[in-house]
Amino acid sequence: MADSYSSPNEYIGHHLAFNELQIGDSPFWTLNLDSVVVSIILGILTMGFIWWFARKATSDVPTKTQAFVELIFTFIDNQVKATFHGDRHSFVAPAAMTVFLWVFMMNAMDFLPIDIMATILGWFGIHEWRNVPTADVNTTFALALGVWFLMIFFGIKVKGLGGWVHELFCAPFGSSPFVWPANFIFNLIEYVSKPLSHSLRLFGNMYAGEVIFLLIAMLAGFSGVAGTAGSVLLGAGWAIFHILIVTLQAYVFMMLTVVYLSMAHEGH
Amino acid sequence: MNIHFTLIAQALTFAILIWFTVKFVWPPLLNAIENRQKEIADGLAAAREGKASLEMAEKKTTEVLDGAKEKSSEIVSQAEKRASEIIEEAKQNAKTDADRIIANAKSEIDQEVNKAKEELRAQVASLAIEGAQKILEKEIDAKAHSAMLTKLSKEL
Repeated sequence: MADSYSSPNEYIGHHLAFNELQIGDSPFWTLNLDSVVVSIILGILTMGFIWWFARKATSDVPTKTQAFVELIFTFIDNQVKATFHGDRHSFVAPAAMTVFLWVFMMNAMDFLPIDIMATILGWFGIHEWRNVPTADVNTTFALALGVWFLMIFFGIKVKGLGGWVHELFCAPFGSSPFVWPANFIFNLIEYVSKPLSHSLRLFGNMYAGEVIFLLIAMLAGFSGVAGTAGSVLLGAGWAIFHILIVTLQAYVFMMLTVVYLSMAHEGH
Repeated sequence: MNIHFTLIAQALTFAILIWFTVKFVWPPLLNAIENRQKEIADGLAAAREGKASLEMAEKKTTEVLDGAKEKSSEIVSQAEKRASEIIEEAKQNAKTDADRIIANAKSEIDQEVNKAKEELRAQVASLAIEGAQKILEKEIDAKAHSAMLTKLSKEL
């Protein structure tokens, strides 16, 4: 497909353009249709699949699919158990499961061959489409801010509003009034840096992965037979390596979610 | 890389997904797995119990078997003893019977012999008297010599 572009710049620029829907006057009222649609479809597919088997789950001898679902369940449950000490089954563990599976599936969209997807969508008249919702900073920020609000919610719920504010001023350096400002600034930075690092880590990894896939694909488009052969090898190599990144980033995102939520549950 | 309304849409999606998982996905899975754990634990406990009771039963069986063996050998030895006693008794009885029969027979024989002797004696006496009568005829008076004749017949 790269042949139809006049320059590599245009090729990459086009592939990194979102399918935007303007629903208001200001630039804020823009909706990245591709991110939203893909993430919703993946959310329904993934959690729907798990739900379909969870609904029929028996304590009898499990079917292979149920065993697979239980494998995921046990993996996540064990990870949460190691970090979070409390009633994890009421919220934290299922939230961790949602985060892990959903982020994993969204990351995994990177494996779809970029230009083949672009061609197929082109037949339907869609020319700007990005498959990977987690390579959209809006998505990762949405997730991180969701976790951030949960963090504050649980902080207040567990310690009470007074306890939470007390902690803002009296931890980590102590409760002397002289260190109140230092404590407060420290906590403020922590509260700002948590969602930033949480979301940008995922976004950076997935965005970079996507760009590298584009660069490899471009090699095929703009440099003849030798370039195509090279891009096949490189593309395969990068895709295989990307399996690790996709899984690892989903895992890291889930673990950070659990860690932040368990920090909110535990007082200093 | 602009932040805009997409963020809010994605956050809503995220919230709905978490709610869905908390409400509908996690509990049945947890339930199934915990039930299975319980069932397995129960099964293991039952197996252990069964094993223990089997061991007890085996122990009891050997005990009963040992008791039965002891008793049977006791019965056998008793029976042997009784049998030898019976044989001994029978021998004794037979011996006394035999002795008695022999004694009876002996006494009978003695009687017969005596009787025969008596008869013989009487016959000899009469024969002798007859012979003497025939030899002496008139010279001997049976009455006058009966004492001598009797003495003679006794000596025979």
